[in-house]
Amino acid sequence: MIEILEILISPNFWAAALRIATPLIFGVIGALICERAGVLNLGIEGIFTAGAMAGWMAVWLGAGLWGGVLVAAFAGAVFGLIHAILTVPLGLSQHVSGIGVTLFATSLSYFIYRTALPDVSSPPRIEAFQPLDIPVLSDLPFLGPALFQQTSLTFLALLLVVATGYLLYRTPLGLAIQAVGDNPSAVESQGLSVYAIRIGAVVAGSSIMALGGAFLTMSAFDAFFFGMVNGRGWICIALTVFASWRPGKALLGALLFGAFDAFQVRLQTEVGSFIPGQIFLMMPYILSIAALIVVARRADYPRALLVPYFRGQR
Amino acid sequence: MIRLEPRPPASVSRMLAVSLAAGAAALVLAAIPMSFAGLSVFEAYGLIVKGAFGSVFAFTEMLTRATPLILTGLAAAVAFRAKLWNIGAEGQLYAGALAAVAVGTGAVSGPGYILIPAVALAGALAGGLVMLGPTLLKSKLGVDEVVTTLLLNFIILLFVQMMLEGPMQDPMGMGWPQSEPILDEAALPKLLERTRIHWGLIVALAASLGVYFLLKRTVWGFEIRAVGENAAAARHAGIPVTATFIRVGLLSGALAGLAGVGEVAGLKGYLTADLSPGFGYSGIVVAMLAGLSPIGVVFAALFIASIFVGADSMSRATGVSNYLADLIVAMALLCVLVSGLFLRFKVRFISAPAAKGSAG
Amino acid sequence: MTGPTNEAETVLRLDGITKRFGALTANGEVSLDLKRGEILALLGENGAGKTTLMNILFGHYVADEGQVLVGTGRTGLHELEPGSPHAALEAGIGMVHQHFTLAENLSALDNIVLGTEKLSSLTSAHAAARKKLKDLIERSGLNVPLDARISQLSVGEKQRVEILKALYRDARVLVLDEPTAVLTPQESDTLFGTLNKLAKDGLGIIFISHKLAEVMASSHRVAVLRAGRKVADLPTAECDLRKLAELMVGHEIVETVRDAGSPGAPLYVLDKVSAGHGRDALHEIDLTLRAGEILGIAGVSGNGQTMLARVISGLVTPVSGSISLAGQNETHANARKMIESGLARIPEDRHRDGIVGAMSVSENLAIETIRHPENQRFGLLRFRAMLEKARQLIEAYDIRCQGEDSQARLLSGGNIQKIVLARTLEPEPTVVLAAQPSRGLDVGATSDVHKRLLAARERGAGVILISEDLDELMRLSDRIAVIHRGHLSEAEETETLDRGTLGLRMAGHGGEEAA
Repeated sequence: MIEILEILISPNFWAAALRIATPLIFGVIGALICERAGVLNLGIEGIFTAGAMAGWMAVWLGAGLWGGVLVAAFAGAVFGLIHAILTVPLGLSQHVSGIGVTLFATSLSYFIYRTALPDVSSPPRIEAFQPLDIPVLSDLPFLGPALFQQTSLTFLALLLVVATGYLLYRTPLGLAIQAVGDNPSAVESQGLSVYAIRIGAVVAGSSIMALGGAFLTMSAFDAFFFGMVNGRGWICIALTVFASWRPGKALLGALLFGAFDAFQVRLQTEVGSFIPGQIFLMMPYILSIAALIVVARRADYPRALLVPYFRGQR
Repeated sequence: MIRLEPRPPASVSRMLAVSLAAGAAALVLAAIPMSFAGLSVFEAYGLIVKGAFGSVFAFTEMLTRATPLILTGLAAAVAFRAKLWNIGAEGQLYAGALAAVAVGTGAVSGPGYILIPAVALAGALAGGLVMLGPTLLKSKLGVDEVVTTLLLNFIILLFVQMMLEGPMQDPMGMGWPQSEPILDEAALPKLLERTRIHWGLIVALAASLGVYFLLKRTVWGFEIRAVGENAAAARHAGIPVTATFIRVGLLSGALAGLAGVGEVAGLKGYLTADLSPGFGYSGIVVAMLAGLSPIGVVFAALFIASIFVGADSMSRATGVSNYLADLIVAMALLCVLVSGLFLRFKVRFISAPAAKGSAG
Repeated sequence: MTGPTNEAETVLRLDGITKRFGALTANGEVSLDLKRGEILALLGENGAGKTTLMNILFGHYVADEGQVLVGTGRTGLHELEPGSPHAALEAGIGMVHQHFTLAENLSALDNIVLGTEKLSSLTSAHAAARKKLKDLIERSGLNVPLDARISQLSVGEKQRVEILKALYRDARVLVLDEPTAVLTPQESDTLFGTLNKLAKDGLGIIFISHKLAEVMASSHRVAVLRAGRKVADLPTAECDLRKLAELMVGHEIVETVRDAGSPGAPLYVLDKVSAGHGRDALHEIDLTLRAGEILGIAGVSGNGQTMLARVISGLVTPVSGSISLAGQNETHANARKMIESGLARIPEDRHRDGIVGAMSVSENLAIETIRHPENQRFGLLRFRAMLEKARQLIEAYDIRCQGEDSQARLLSGGNIQKIVLARTLEPEPTVVLAAQPSRGLDVGATSDVHKRLLAARERGAGVILISEDLDELMRLSDRIAVIHRGHLSEAEETETLDRGTLGLRMAGHGGEEAA
């Protein structure tokens, strides 16, 4: 019991939790923007991979770190656009299109990586983002190490949470996004384009998802590995439901998730010899399913989620 | 300006044309990454065709590869017919393989005519049970089955790894994470000497006919189609929707589980954690390419299998990454999705000034 | 009613509008003029092309021929850009659709302001909007709580939000599609009072309707649409009900009449049935249906009718109370059990609950009895028997389709309803539940439905008729009960009731039973 408490009050533990949560924050915010507009984006897993590969490769080819971030976001936007065109004006199955985009983005990323680097045995490394050392703040007793020893990308993620909240609830565009995910004809009847808003939301959401991937290769690690996304995208889709499509709760959900993951990693070092490691590795996925079950009864899905819209049809 | 008009149900020949067009489009699009990789495009196509059809052995390899794809394709097709989005065939395949190994490596002994059905049954049951959870969560609590089946894929693969490093590890395997070999009596016999095609192919073909018959001629099939096309109307008409979902889930999982049985008991002989190069996910492409038709699944699986086998062989000859095959398969899925529009709508191209219609 | 003077300016002109969908001509060379301050009724039965015409006006569809012209006051008429709702809004055309176009997850204010501000703007000017709206509400009497979520508003309030949406954008033309379909008679009167006031202030108003009485009472001018063509356009003062009816239908209307019935013993009883929760809940419903009678359930949409129909259909199990059919307890019966017990159910949303659109006509005719031995043996379908039966039913119920193999979704609404009637009424059920059975059907199909229900009554079946159409209820029902907020009043003989009393009860007043 004491040991658990010790873990929970250690700043390093919370620093790890926030680090684990960062890619999920990007992913959940991206998924949330798409779904608020009425489009489920199962391309997320592939978009994570594409963002991870594209960002890393841009830096490896000589772009700056922020240049890499932009390239990753752009890659995400491109795959988002494919999904948006297939599902919004063409009204095709969001499930199948999303899976298709995931398969496409993943295999394309792997193919490009392998084609660019046919014979490397160990993946080449880049100079990744370093923890931001903010004078004074970083020296604060508990908060300092927990909060202010993160890289810039983590701060970008936190900033995006606030920005998305403001956008959704305080701006005309945000209202339009909320409306288009509830009743597209409400938007059309006020002279706005349902297609433009939905496509825009999916493209923007996808580029944010891609940043989650970029965080993996440019901050958490400094190289690209096959299979490194490892279901994080799917976890984000579950967390989006858990967060009831609200940016604040999304942050909370991702942090909770990160804390749990960080906790079990520490637990593993304590009791690792008695329990197979795979049990611990399974935890994030089991936890995601559990989260879905917990909120299942009261999940308040955007009413127009998965429903294609055709003009003149109500 | 493009205008879409709804059209009456598609004839079989038009569905066939659409699938063929989608496959062809994916192959044509593959020219882009191929030339990006510095290949001479026509030579590469030639190598792919040769790799899949160039010799009797190549052809049998292709059939061997198609065997699990037919089964995972059927798993997706039958589930998607009921609008049960089972994206978890990969995990169900591993569950089936694990159960097959558990039964077939000595836990039960006996002659082949007992052991082989026992192994197959265990695998099918394991796959079906894995799908039961997401199905129940969907119909009882409304939990989206796409996410649960996807997440289960990861959980099951980790579970398989755990078993292969733990209780089910082969003591003679020099520490490799692999299972004991399947007993000879439990192994599916080969169809042809000096090739790798096994009886799993016959099982897969029979399954395809069986699913066709089920959907077309039986009350259960009728109910599956009704639930898939309009669950609200089916419920109103007194069709047991939850029971239908459970039946479909069990069947879909069982078919994927059988794919795993075939791979261990027919091909590899033992289980490793890299048994499947994504057969579960490719099965979705197979099903979509087949227009969810159980018979079409066979042909779509042959097509996808030839791409995999052909690209492997091309890759060996040219040194270009065989992720090209996955790329072509992914593009085939997107292409078939788009070409599906031509089934549901008449697409008319109208010159801009005269444009007077709108999509809808 | 007197309209605006002749020299009043034209605010809207439709000129030779033609719209075809495949072989069907939805609108054929329709021309219309609307003057400032005028209330024009666009009369026509379901399927006459009214809604298509308004969709063209609002830019949801583009006409194949003809144009829409709008008057701006000073510069005369100019053409409206086709196919652009945005252009229609800019030109001052406001539209209130039959199905509300409101985002339920936003407030009334947000819905009204939506689209009036630049999307690139980083702030929302809600304060100024609120002030303008307060003003508008005061002048028009369209009272709505601006900060309430739409999901918490009543149907009448939602409609007022829709009208405010148009007024907030300074509309010069207001179009309302079947505005009274969801209102009580009293609410309808209030609505027309408001419209009158708005017209006096100079708004041009078109309201679409198929109800003759309200057209006579509330319009200055009537344009009648039949089979896509305008067949009349005349001042309301020069019309009478009979003339309008004949113009609308094209021939003399023979109304289905109910002869004096001879109800038998109680057949089907709901005893203190409660079900559901929230807005759609039912509270201790008591209902007794006798053999050989039609029991009407009146009520404004959204007062629990849907839940009542679902409970009776066996789709929802009551939380408390009991249901019995011919003496048998059926409280926990599911849909299949209800069907087997001889309860026929005609769902209110026939496209969603009535048919599986992608399946064939014959499959849809067999779907409720698919496990019956006549349709299957050892779990295998008996195709021949199904097709044979389908041929008989298509003949007997006059279902117009391209054969028993054609997909059900390709049929018209009336023929889809005939499929439902055929499969539910053919086994001669003892109880029939008909929920909104004539909604959206034309006069011919409606009269067909009515005849079938009366025939069932004649045969000795009990019929529960849930409807929002008071005329239909009063014509068919032997007794009528009113549902309001999930409470059902005691049924009374139709002859002792009038529209006014029913209207009051539908609004929750009068009659101590309707709590």
